[in-house]
Amino acid sequence: MNIVVLVKQVPDSGSERKLDPADNTVARAGADNVINEMDEYAIEEALVVKEAHGGEVTILTVGPDSAADAIRKALSMGADRAVHVTDEAMHGSCAVQTSAVLAAALQQMDYDLILCGAESTDGQVSVMPALLAERLGIPQLSGARKLTIDDGVAKVERQTDGGFWALEAPLPAIVSTWDTINEPRYPSFKGIMAAKKKPVETKTLADLGIDPSTVGLASATSQVLDFSGRPPKGEGVKVADEGDGADKLVEYLASQKIV
Amino acid sequence: MAEVLVLAELDPTGDGVRKTTLEALTAARALGEPAAVVTGAPGSAAKVREKLAEYGAASVYVAESPELDDYLVAPKAELLARLVAETSPAAVVIPSSAEGKEVAARLALKTGSGFLTDVTEIAADGTATQVAFAGATVVHAKVTTGTPIYTLRGNSVTAELAPAAGEEKPVEVVVSEEARKTRVLDRVVEQKSSRPELTEASIVVSGGRGVASAENFSIIEGLADSLGAAVGASRAAVDSGFYPHTFQVGQTGKTVSPQLYIAVGISGAIQHRAGMQTSKTIVAVNKDPEAPIFELADFGVVGDLNTVVPEATKKIIARKG
Ligand SMILES: Cc1cc2nc3c(=O)[nH]c(=O)nc-3n(C[C@H](O)[C@H](O)[C@H](O)COP(=O)(O)OP(=O)(O)OC[C@H]3O[C@@H](n4cnc5c(N)ncnc54)[C@H](O)[C@@H]3O)c2cc1C
Ligand SMILES: Nc1ncnc2c1ncn2[C@@H]1O[C@H](COP(=O)(O)O)[C@@H](O)[C@H]1O
Repeated sequence: MNIVVLVKQVPDSGSERKLDPADNTVARAGADNVINEMDEYAIEEALVVKEAHGGEVTILTVGPDSAADAIRKALSMGADRAVHVTDEAMHGSCAVQTSAVLAAALQQMDYDLILCGAESTDGQVSVMPALLAERLGIPQLSGARKLTIDDGVAKVERQTDGGFWALEAPLPAIVSTWDTINEPRYPSFKGIMAAKKKPVETKTLADLGIDPSTVGLASATSQVLDFSGRPPKGEGVKVADEGDGADKLVEYLASQKIV
Repeated sequence: MAEVLVLAELDPTGDGVRKTTLEALTAARALGEPAAVVTGAPGSAAKVREKLAEYGAASVYVAESPELDDYLVAPKAELLARLVAETSPAAVVIPSSAEGKEVAARLALKTGSGFLTDVTEIAADGTATQVAFAGATVVHAKVTTGTPIYTLRGNSVTAELAPAAGEEKPVEVVVSEEARKTRVLDRVVEQKSSRPELTEASIVVSGGRGVASAENFSIIEGLADSLGAAVGASRAAVDSGFYPHTFQVGQTGKTVSPQLYIAVGISGAIQHRAGMQTSKTIVAVNKDPEAPIFELADFGVVGDLNTVVPEATKKIIARKG
């Protein structure tokens, strides 16, 4: 079973994140860049599938040179090899353009199963599996809290409001995973050492046969016009409970015409 | 005036539309004349046509076939793409659910368009407002290619009545082989609740690790019920097994934007804020005066939730008489 896991590097969601005023794109320089936390669940699931069915796990990343750190982390968890697509021309690409690059890279690879995270924590759009399914003409099984593979068929429990949908599709397919699906392993010392020797293939747009003028900020299908910090909220009221906390709380709710 | 297609999201019982659909019809009016698109099993449109008309749908495209629900996302995207080709709308507006965003994405590729997700406002010139990075940044963005497609975040626009004709227009349903790839075998409801839906509620009361146990979540439920509110939970509360994952609020849970959000025993980590920061009014109860949630709160009580909350609940019930 050939498994490809899509891994993105993002600014740490626990640190302050900004847009770059120069061109309104996500500021990566100076940010604390980490592997998209949601992708660790996809990597873990890939390793679980490999343990059960055999095969190879390949990481695929589209992103700047610094994304090599995210790739190392994925390899140290246990993935076998990686493909890193990086090209200056991609700066500021929209989701539609990024999906074209990922799809072109995937078309040069051999895959039975593509795994990705349910969302990237910088954009939080959760659209990549749908975009790639559309481009590659393969089934989309998105939002999985459970995945089973049996006899060339993938079954997924898609997490929904108050329950799940049971989905089924033949392989090859793309599956995105929620953080309810598993508990990602920590890289072991051995894993970290081994990762240094694992092959990482770097590709440019030219290698994928993509015309650079079709990607990047200038030809993006949507554009950020401007941005601003949310207006700070007026200083709130904070009271200490001295036996009257409940009273004050209810008074406040009454003043807001809620009770 | 040009039409704006609005994909109707039916509520799970199929007897009505979700509030987000009425909000989408309202937002769509900035761009043109709303035309609702109802997809579902035969008989779906009859139950909702009137409501859609009340909220501004001049036309209601009716695409009914049991097949539309048998496969995931792709048939709806295909249907909308055909309508876009046939009717050349000014834009498409879709409620921002998981499915809605995926329909938008596939539709964008099929129609050669750009799309913007989770928008909170759409201006007459097509500029959309989005909130990025856990609500800390407000962004204005525009689609520059094709027919603009937007998904509208729930509770960010107030649904307004605007009676219109709601003229039914049947649409033939053809589900291609291509769109029959992912079969939906079953839709399972695990938690039935008499409380309002978390993402639609105008008041949400959430509990965190500070609630300390599953049993103790009855304190949160009690306050919620006294206010007619939905119940939410932080990830720490969910991970500790106090409350089911469905109710998690935050980056990897639900995004809520109610009139009032009450955070009880929640510290206010950035990933939690991501799901509630745009609430109109925020109230916090926490025993730690330094808890970051107080930076967001319009009103905060520093105290033990085990005494403050049950007492407040009693007083609210008493006031309501
Ligand atoms: C990738 C990723 C995604 C995440 N997604 C989410 C998400 O979607 N939603 C989410 O919520 N978190 C999310 N988190 C986790 C987040 O970082 C925090 O760990 C979590 O929000 C903390 O929950 P909490 O505030 O309930 O717990 P804590 O941080 O432990 O806070 C508990 C609070 O309760 C107070 N308290 C304790 N006892 C009492 C008492 N008797 N009376 C009053 N107050 C009391 C304490 O003072 C404290 O402030 C995510 C993290 C990561 C890495
Ligand atoms: N540039 C990228 N490179 C590799 N994988 C990506 C990239 N962008 C998105 N993904 C994958 O798609 C998932 C969903 O992303 P998104 O649709 O951006 O929320 C992520 O969790 C990643 O697994």
